[in-house]
Amino acid sequence: MRDIARRLAALSLCLHICGCSGVQSALDPAGEEAAHVAQLFWIMVVAGGLIWLAVVSLLSYASRGKRGRLDEQAAGRLIFWCGAAIPAFLLFLLLGYALWLMPGLRPFAPANASDALTVEVTGEQFWWRVAYHDPDTDTPVLSANEIRLPAGERVEFRLKSTDVIHSFWIPALGGKMDMIPGRVSRLSLLATKTGTYRGPCAEYCGTSHALMAFTVVVMEPSEFRQWLQARAGASPGAGSEGRDLFLAHGCGACHRVAGTEADGSVGPDLSHVGSRETLGAGILPNSEGTLRDFIAHPHVIKPDSKMPAFSMLPERDIGEIAAWLKGLE
Amino acid sequence: MATKARTRARKVNAASKQAETEQLRRVWETPRGWRYWTSVNNTQVGLWYGGAAFAFMLFAGVLALLMRVQLAVPGNDMMSADFYNQAFTLHGTVMMFLFAVPIFEAVAIFLLPPMLGARELPFPRLGAFGFWSFFIGGVFVCGSIFFDAAPSSGWFMYPPLATDKALSGIGADIWLLGLSFIEVASIAAAVELIVGIMKCRAPGMRVNLMPLFAWYLLIVAGMILFAFPPLIAGDLLFEMQRMFDWPFFDPARGGDPLLWQHLFWIFGHPEVYIIFLPAIALMAMIVPTFAQRPIVGYSWIVLAAVGTGFLSFGLWVHHMFTTGLPQISLAFFSAASEAVAIPTGVQIFVFIATMLAGRVIFSVPMLFGSGGIAIFVIGGLTGVMVALAPFDWQAHDTYFIVAHLHYVLIGGMLFPLVGGLYYYYPLIGARMLSMRLGRIAFWLMFTGFNVGFFPMHLTGLRGMPRRVFTYPQGIGWDWLNLVSTIGAFVFAAGVLVVVFDVLRPKKRQPRAVQNPWKAGTLEWLNEPEENWGVRSIPPVESRYPLWDQKGLAEEVNAGAWYLSDARDGRRETLISSVLDAEPVQCQRVAGPSVLPMLSAAFLGGVFIALTFELWVLALLSGLATLVAILWWLWTGTGEIPERKSRDVGLGLRLPLYISGPESVGWWAMFITMVGDGTAFASLIFGYFFYWTIHADFTAGQAGPGWWWPIAAAGLFLAAWTATMGALQLNATGRTAAMRLALALGALLALAATAAGLAGPWLHGMQPTVHVYPAIVWILVAWVLAHAAVGILMQLYCLARSLAGRLTPAHDMELHNVVLYWHFMTISAVIAFSVIGLFPEAM
Repeated sequence: MRDIARRLAALSLCLHICGCSGVQSALDPAGEEAAHVAQLFWIMVVAGGLIWLAVVSLLSYASRGKRGRLDEQAAGRLIFWCGAAIPAFLLFLLLGYALWLMPGLRPFAPANASDALTVEVTGEQFWWRVAYHDPDTDTPVLSANEIRLPAGERVEFRLKSTDVIHSFWIPALGGKMDMIPGRVSRLSLLATKTGTYRGPCAEYCGTSHALMAFTVVVMEPSEFRQWLQARAGASPGAGSEGRDLFLAHGCGACHRVAGTEADGSVGPDLSHVGSRETLGAGILPNSEGTLRDFIAHPHVIKPDSKMPAFSMLPERDIGEIAAWLKGLE
Repeated sequence: MATKARTRARKVNAASKQAETEQLRRVWETPRGWRYWTSVNNTQVGLWYGGAAFAFMLFAGVLALLMRVQLAVPGNDMMSADFYNQAFTLHGTVMMFLFAVPIFEAVAIFLLPPMLGARELPFPRLGAFGFWSFFIGGVFVCGSIFFDAAPSSGWFMYPPLATDKALSGIGADIWLLGLSFIEVASIAAAVELIVGIMKCRAPGMRVNLMPLFAWYLLIVAGMILFAFPPLIAGDLLFEMQRMFDWPFFDPARGGDPLLWQHLFWIFGHPEVYIIFLPAIALMAMIVPTFAQRPIVGYSWIVLAAVGTGFLSFGLWVHHMFTTGLPQISLAFFSAASEAVAIPTGVQIFVFIATMLAGRVIFSVPMLFGSGGIAIFVIGGLTGVMVALAPFDWQAHDTYFIVAHLHYVLIGGMLFPLVGGLYYYYPLIGARMLSMRLGRIAFWLMFTGFNVGFFPMHLTGLRGMPRRVFTYPQGIGWDWLNLVSTIGAFVFAAGVLVVVFDVLRPKKRQPRAVQNPWKAGTLEWLNEPEENWGVRSIPPVESRYPLWDQKGLAEEVNAGAWYLSDARDGRRETLISSVLDAEPVQCQRVAGPSVLPMLSAAFLGGVFIALTFELWVLALLSGLATLVAILWWLWTGTGEIPERKSRDVGLGLRLPLYISGPESVGWWAMFITMVGDGTAFASLIFGYFFYWTIHADFTAGQAGPGWWWPIAAAGLFLAAWTATMGALQLNATGRTAAMRLALALGALLALAATAAGLAGPWLHGMQPTVHVYPAIVWILVAWVLAHAAVGILMQLYCLARSLAGRLTPAHDMELHNVVLYWHFMTISAVIAFSVIGLFPEAM
């Protein structure tokens, strides 16, 4: 057991798809909101740096023993101008700029809600339930732990939670929005650059909060439509022994796999799990090996995960199931 | 006046002065052996309080170091997720509740009496009670981690994570009950400090001559009074949900997790300024001393501090920018959050201007002070950034915020505090701390801090969320975290040097001279070996009496001024008027007693028993607390002196007993009830909050009707009238009628209680079904619990009168009880009108 833990610790957290830095950075923007905020940040860094230098220089000059002394009136003027008037003026400018940005970044109402793509994301301990509502298709496309978006199109997110508070955040695209039980929060994001990004849960949500993330893939719009079409149906899959074992061991009670009898809704939808970039809510590379490990020892990988451990199954069965799942592309 | 005293000082017989000194020393003597712990004197209590708070800080610091080790490399499995979560929860909780706030209560309790020219704070036993409550609660909360039972839901305890018993375990109860207990201590200290600052100043120390430290502490204690009660109200709702399933935060039954966030941050944001302002207060004492001149812009800085205090209550929503509130409110709170930077800027420039206008001697306290400002300004600038909602959407709950808050708190609080320690240590240990070690400590702390925390700005914007026990490799956080860990250990080494400097034996070191830094304020006349504050209480004519009133130090030390003896064998201090500090009374203050410690232990028992749901033990502890407090009040307060007045020296004769608005007890009651009223207002806020979030507020549930609530309100008004009548009757000497009025008042209050219960009871309101019946019941329960205390007070006065301890001329209890009933009646009328009439009006 301990051995597996060590092996997993080494392996689990190396994200081969995210080998480069910047997949989760607010400073490498790939979306409209993130770009504006990054610009705002750099403006403030420069201004703040200058202010800090000025204050600290004045402070160190004031600390010197030998220098001229300010008379009381001049000292009063210094307090008024540097302590109150100039800061008030600068803050006024800054606030004006930020408030001017706000309505554009997060529109008050969806521009034309009916024909925009809406992605409903529900935070769960410790994974993400995803449903795409495309105006062109009737039934929502279900998925989990991975979100694909068309570049250059504004996408509406409807954010929910059923257990505790989570927070949905894709740093490269924009700021975060909390998922609060009993409420539906809205977020509207506009991705501008195609690529693969990563989003973490940003509100502390319990034991494995650190292990709750998701992959974001921004695609060309046409590519995205194709992908969504394909996802609406079942995966052809490979081999049927794995499927039979999956059903026989009751995995379908919690997981749904389109095109099979597995229709559970407690855990993540696995319909096309083999094609996802990551496993276990953005924490493992997706391979047969990691699938096997997760089936056998979910609590070693993700403490307090609701999935029961299946380490009592014969290793062969686990292998077959993992192979079948990996084949669901 | 000064010349008169000097001539007098020369004339007095040296031998008789020596006898006076002996007499004072005997009266103020600290008990020995185990009885040392029964001491209630501000010198000991302040020291224990400070020592305990410092120890808790070191404990929380060790937790932080453990966390830094865990995060040093990606994918580390040194700690389990659960232990890490306990560690960060406890780190935040302990630093905020057991260190940052209490340490300044400690400093204030220790310093204020000599600084104000008082012998003691007005309620030494209340101070001791506060300390013991703090200590017991603190050990309970910290100790939980050794049993793997520490809270693990974050120091902000958001529901539903923290209300769900399956997800949060007993740790959440330990947090809620342990901290409620500590909040009681904080409020006790706030009452003591406010009354002390308003009523115990040396003659002539008008409010505009008060040392800035006193001004700041007055503001901060006032803020505690308005900030802590919303949290106490929130804790009450929270614990009712955890223990009895009342659904205040459960959306399935009409509750809302966001109400907790509002209540928590209405407390939580002012808390930051409650921590920060006293540190600025220390700076305001240190800077003039080392600039060798009075502060420039005294009224500027006082106004700025008051402004910061006010504004800090209007900022809480900036902790909730990502909860999906309407953008218009985000804009408002962004603006308010930016505005608070202005008074803060003024305070910093007051220091810089004072230094520029003086000749600065740059010593270790100044080093820590200026280093603190350099750090704090960065925290302030990042604060300006995160106050803007769009930037906060990115930065919120990331390591950027971790960096920001540590820059604010360590720069704005810890550095000035250590500066203050180097500055004031001669008053604690009669020796100087080592300036060499001080410099080493400073540079270690300053470098370590910046190396540790500066990279976190970048880590956060590169997407690292807070409160993660581990992180994946290759996202761009690896080396940043390693650097942060190294910095944290360098910082810790600096703290360790300070600890060593304080604890190292200093027996062979020469005793520090009195007033070694040549400061201008009265506290420097205190001698660490003596408990009496100042040898005699001088008149004050200046903000810096030791600079401006020539010869004052010698006169005070020679006992040439007021209250230079203890001829009645009692501990005494002067009570003065609020604004002009005209002496109005010679107050006898309490000496050593085991009662504060016992009361705190019993009250702690109540909270601890409740944590483990040991109802019988909780009830017994509650009764024991009541008995202990009544015993304490009966034997220790409202004593009728053997004579009316006493000559306090220089021909000034002051009464020994006063009651009503001139007395300290009346003020203490007034201030306590303001805090209590704030908690009540928070519950009323909750009622209307639920109304605003629901289209149909009552959700079809039965209400209490209007008849019974209005009857209850009417009966409370009648009980109140009877109590006020009792005060009048007593003042005119009609004792029998007074007793009847009190008994009648108690009976009316009892009837009112029954009527209050009848409304929700007879309408079958079930608090577990929906939030509407739950919030109605909690308002009723709140008022009726206060009514029970009100009845006890009426009966207490009756008993005092029967025992001859309350007479027409000595009626302070009755004054205070009437004051309690004013507040109590207002809250009863509001509560019953709201629950009875509001649903009808809708």
